[in-house]
Parts: sequence; C-alpha cells; structure tokens
Amino acid sequence: MDNKAKPVIELKHVSKVYPNGTVGLKDVDLTINHGEFVVVVGLSGAGKSTLLRAINRLHDITEGDILIDGESITNAKGKELRMLRRDIGMIFQSFNLVKRASVLRNVLTGRVAYYPTIKTTFNLFTKEDKQRAYEALQRVDMAEKVYNRADELSGGQQQRVSIARVLTQAPKIILADEPVASLDPKTSHKVLDDLKKINTELGMTVLVNLHSVELAKEFGTRIIGIRAGEIVFDGPVSETSDEQIREIYAGQAEVE
Amino acid sequence: MEKSHLDSLPKKPLRPTKIALTVIMLVGLVVSTIATGADFGMFFANFGEFTVLFKEMAHPDWSYAYYVVDPLIETIKMAVLGTVIGSAVAFPFALLISRNIVKNKFVTGIFRFILNIVRTIPDLLLGAIFVAIVGIGPVAGIISLAVFTFGMVGKLFYEAIETIDEGPIEALTAAGANKFQIIQFAVFPQIQTYFISYTMYAFEINVRASTVLGYIGAGGIGMFLQRSLSLYRYDQTGLIVLVIFVVVLLIDHISNISREALIK
Repeated sequence: MDNKAKPVIELKHVSKVYPNGTVGLKDVDLTINHGEFVVVVGLSGAGKSTLLRAINRLHDITEGDILIDGESITNAKGKELRMLRRDIGMIFQSFNLVKRASVLRNVLTGRVAYYPTIKTTFNLFTKEDKQRAYEALQRVDMAEKVYNRADELSGGQQQRVSIARVLTQAPKIILADEPVASLDPKTSHKVLDDLKKINTELGMTVLVNLHSVELAKEFGTRIIGIRAGEIVFDGPVSETSDEQIREIYAGQAEVE
Repeated sequence: MEKSHLDSLPKKPLRPTKIALTVIMLVGLVVSTIATGADFGMFFANFGEFTVLFKEMAHPDWSYAYYVVDPLIETIKMAVLGTVIGSAVAFPFALLISRNIVKNKFVTGIFRFILNIVRTIPDLLLGAIFVAIVGIGPVAGIISLAVFTFGMVGKLFYEAIETIDEGPIEALTAAGANKFQIIQFAVFPQIQTYFISYTMYAFEINVRASTVLGYIGAGGIGMFLQRSLSLYRYDQTGLIVLVIFVVVLLIDHISNISREALIK
C-alpha cells in the first residue's frame, strides 16, 4: 500500500456489546485507506456483519469512535448522520430491493439523500439522476431490465441491481455484507467482478464480508480475519498463507 | 449397536388444558342459553307471524322505486365519504402504531390504546352519538362511518405494515434517507395494494352499515326503511329491502373483482 494513502475509515478502540450481553466487537482498531478492496473473513457470528453495520451505524457501538473521512459518525445525529451515510453505500445478502417496484425506481432510491423531502414526495428526480441510474444499470449489464419489476429478476440479477443502486448513490465507500452468500458460484464471480471494477475504475473503497476464502484470495487486496469480535489477522492477500487463514477459522478445523 | 426394529409411533400425549377448555366452553354454552332465556319453542311459535310479513313483502310496491333512488344515492355517497375520510386518517395513524416504523413503545402503546377504544364502539352507537351532536341527517352518518372505518382499517393497516420486508427500510436508512423518504420508498410500495384493498373492503361494509344507519336518523335509505315499517307498509319495505340487496350485492361483486386483480 501507498504510504501517502489517506484513511477513509478509522475505527478507534471500538467495542459493541448487544443488550443481551453478546459481545459483537472487542476493542477493534482498524484503518482503511482510500481505494482499498478489503475482504473480511471469519465464521458466522464472528462479528463481520456487526463490523460493517457499525461503520454506517445501522448498529450503534457501545465504546470507541469511528471516523469516516476524518469525521466522527459515532455521535452524529439527524441530517449530519444522513449526510455521512450518503457517502457510504451498502449491499446486502438479501438484496433488499423493493420487490413490487421497477428496477429504475429501486436504483433511483440510492439517490434520495441528495434531495429534500418535498422533492422526493412528488418524485421530482432530475433528468441527470435518471440518466445516472440508467448508466449504473449499464455498468452491471442490467440496462435491458430497467422497466421490469424487481421481483421478476433472478437472485444474481437482483444483486446487480442493488449494486447499480449503490453506484447511483455515488458513495466514497461501499460496504458489502455477504453479497454472494445466496448466489451460485458463477453468479458470485460476476457480482464480485462488478465490485472489483467499481473499485479500480471509480476508485471507491470496498469493504466486503465473505464466507469463501477462495473468493477472498481471488478478489481482495487485503484480508481481515475476525474471530469472536476481535481482529485476529490483517494483511495483504499476496502475503497471506493458507496456514494463517486456517488460524482465522480456528475451532472449525476439527469439525471438518 | 444395531437396532433390529424401529419403534412404533408413540401415542399422542393427552393435553389436559385442551380437554378442560372444551368442557368449559360446552358448560358456558349451556349456562348462557339458560341465563338469557333463549327459547327455541318461541322462535317457532312466532314463525307464523313471519310468513304473514314475508307474504306482504313479497309483493313490493314497484311505484315506490322512484322515491327510493335519491336516498339510495345519498346512502352510497355517505359510504364513499365515510370510507375516504376514515381511511385517509387511518393511514398516518397506522404508521404511528407500527412497531417497525416507530421504535418508541410508549408512543405506539398510547396510540394503539386510542385505536382500541374507538374500535369497541359499534357503528349504530356511533350513529346515535353523532345524530345527537350534529343533528339528524347524512352528516351524522358520514362522521360515524368515518370513525367506524378509521377503527377498522387502522388495525388492518398497521398489521399489514408490520408484516413488510424490512430489508428495503435498512437499505434506505443506509443510503441516508430520512423518515419520510423511507416511508415513501421502502414502506409504501409494499403496502399500497393492501391499503387499497382494505379501503375497498371497508367500503363494502360501509354500504351495508349505512343502509341501517338511516334507521336512527343518520340519513340515507334507512330513514325510508324505518318510515315504511312504522307505517306497516310492508310492500314498500319489501321494495327497499330488494333494492338494498341488489345494490349491496353489485358493489360487493365489483369490489371483490377489483381487489383480486389488485393483489396480483
């Protein structure tokens, strides 16, 4: 990594304890720089999802501080929080599209935070933004489905629409929470290819949770391993050995 | 160790609470029959009266039809207005009491309590109250139908809102949308067909309810029904009943077809 790279996400001593006592994150320190493609790996329940959702504050943290491009999101409220979130796109395992709405409308919803309520109430999306949405769809090869209803699409197609939605949002950071966990291997490659292209061509920082170590090694530039809410590994993919990855999944080896 | 045979299905365990409940319900039925003095004999003894009445009603006064048209239209107007006003108020209210929209349990609790109170008042009582407040006429009917609709669809709406897929809400929140935008883009598209369907269902019920509301002076065809009955003009009663029957059936049918088409 370039030493001059600027940090875009900084976690400082971040801890998260759920109300029922479950520890989600334990004293996590993490810096992610502009333009990185970071893959987070670990067992189910290790805290990968909690980590991602802490960054855009879909989950509140109980201790520490999180900076987005130098600004703290931890105590941001109202408009300030929404403006910070506008810079962070998110992709979900279950796509989270509005099934009964058209593809175009779903993609345009990525843009709502740029508008005051009065304009969105009357659907006054600008021509430029509609064009932007259509261009995003072209980027993920979904242009011909622009007026289809979202529930007419396959899982892989829906996930690509949700990537187009994030592109339309034009964020600095993309968080992808298990984006391919419910997709077949071929579709998974297509989706991750799209994310990789966005990362290299548009310079958006990508932070993605993955189950599959093979995919992590194929697409990531940096791997972060999480176990029981703690970062147990952090290094460039090129220098990561299989032994170290097995270490992240320690405890699972015997079960196999 | 190898098992030589598999066990046969064990008997279904007896559930004492289930048996107890059945017994309590049967006893309750018997006790309430005795307590209220329900008498089957009386029902059949007076059956003759019914056939006399029915015979007279079976010869409707067709000439009366001309006078029935206007109050009938008034009845439908009452139903339409009552339904529209009631549903329009119920929608924002339903958002306020949906636990997936408003996280504050205190707020949802209070507003749910209000809705439950409104729901306990039957439509005829509402009619009587509003006739006393705003006087005899269709306005009383419209207000009581609006309140009745509000109570009914308010509950249906919030139950529909609480069953939506929360994924889109999460996606909109993550994109920086505010509460109004989340409701418009993530909640509303998921419930709008239910919203329309329940409103039409309420309209069906309101057409029926509004025919009776006139009986206590709240406007519409019910007033004519009451008049013909008190004048012992069963031929006119027969015609009114027939007209109501046809109109309600027609509206029910149209509404049913459109609702089914919508839900798809």
